[in-house]
Amino acid sequence: MSESRLHIDWTACDGRGLCAELLPELLAEDDWGYPLVRDGATEPAVPRALEGAARRAVDRCPVMALRLTLSSTSTS
Amino acid sequence: MTNGLATMRGVQHRLLAEPAGAPLPELDRTQLIGLLREAGLTGRGGAGFPTWRKLEAVTVAPGGPVVVANGAEGEPASGKDGLLLAYHPDLVLDGLQLVARALGARSTHLYLPAAAAGPIRAVLDARRRAGRDPIAAVNPTIAPDAFIAGEESAVVAALSGRPAVPADKRVRVTRAGLGGAPTLVQNVETLAQIALIGRRGPGWFRSAGTAEEPGTFLATVSGAVAQPGVVEAGYGVPLGELIDAAGGATAPLQAVLIGGFHGGWVPARPDLPVSRAALAHYGTSPGAGIVIALPQGACGLIESARIASYLAGQVSGQCGPCINGLPRLADTLTDLAYRRAKPGLPAEVKRLTALVTGRGACRHPDGTARMIRSSLMTFDADVVAHLHGHCTQEAVRR
Repeated sequence: MSESRLHIDWTACDGRGLCAELLPELLAEDDWGYPLVRDGATEPAVPRALEGAARRAVDRCPVMALRLTLSSTSTS
Repeated sequence: MTNGLATMRGVQHRLLAEPAGAPLPELDRTQLIGLLREAGLTGRGGAGFPTWRKLEAVTVAPGGPVVVANGAEGEPASGKDGLLLAYHPDLVLDGLQLVARALGARSTHLYLPAAAAGPIRAVLDARRRAGRDPIAAVNPTIAPDAFIAGEESAVVAALSGRPAVPADKRVRVTRAGLGGAPTLVQNVETLAQIALIGRRGPGWFRSAGTAEEPGTFLATVSGAVAQPGVVEAGYGVPLGELIDAAGGATAPLQAVLIGGFHGGWVPARPDLPVSRAALAHYGTSPGAGIVIALPQGACGLIESARIASYLAGQVSGQCGPCINGLPRLADTLTDLAYRRAKPGLPAEVKRLTALVTGRGACRHPDGTARMIRSSLMTFDADVVAHLHGHCTQEAVRR
């Protein structure tokens, strides 16, 4: 069993804010406009229902700072 | 802060007592990993990760890994790696050689501050002339004098000819580091410990320290002590013994910062064991062995605000939450320290520490937040006093 996780490359992100608009269920914006994971996780799990929205956020990030990674739930 | 330290003393003498030039065993990968696992050696660079696991991680893929001796010591309060390189360079090189041979390293590197590079070249030449070192040709790469320059992905960047700043961690350097090869970045003290374990065995190694945290470590003791310097001791050493080995306290102590600028403040209890287990209660660990003694009369919040401001100035400038959050955090703590206090300040400091934690390519924001949180905890009486316009240490100073 594997699940998708959202990885933010902080060295690339410059806080355009598109991801928080496309994925409001997972992301808010912090004081400076950078994505803030709502549950506080470093790499938040993406529920199946949000995978489409997450993929759009990844694809539309203008600086390509987002990735969807597969991680095995049995080892995490 | 501790630059120019010339003293190395021991509560215990292990690294300090080892003669240079003793023969080195030939070990293969399985033997070395087995020995280190049995010894329970953990990294001496700060994170305290089990060394055998790191060695295993870089050898899962076929083809030898890149092996790097990391002597970058960006912490201003640390002097142990520099002293080890100055006094026992052979021990470090022995460890590097042992690891590089056992793992079949594809290349071997030294990453060192400028001050250590010249002397180490002379040592490498001598080893090469003596015909006892296949890695003697390594040319040191100079580590810039910056706080985060020793972080392992920053090390890989520097060796690749790029600025020494941390990289994103989606792929760890143990899997794909220098030139895409699995890369082992090992602190120089860890390498020296590996040489000792290779020669003397895990049983000997375990006869110092505690059962859970075996071996000795190098501490850099500074602040209100008579002879600031580097001290070797076993994990679990009572804090008072470390302070005594550095000449003793020059004034009654109020608190001690353990684990460096990313560490935490603990009460100056002489019986407090310096071990991961005992320090966990205070949210810190021995880390890279930094111990800073704060005397009574000094304001812990002012000291912490100074450190926080330094750390905010050491941001590498890549990650938004760190670029913005650390200066804001330092300024807010400074307001509290200098009693430009508003009632909401402590809560705002706590909110900001949570806001920066886990939101960067490296642990710089996390470590800074940890030190600041511990200052609010250890100097809680002063947080209250400062909000009312005074400081608990004023009476001591008068």
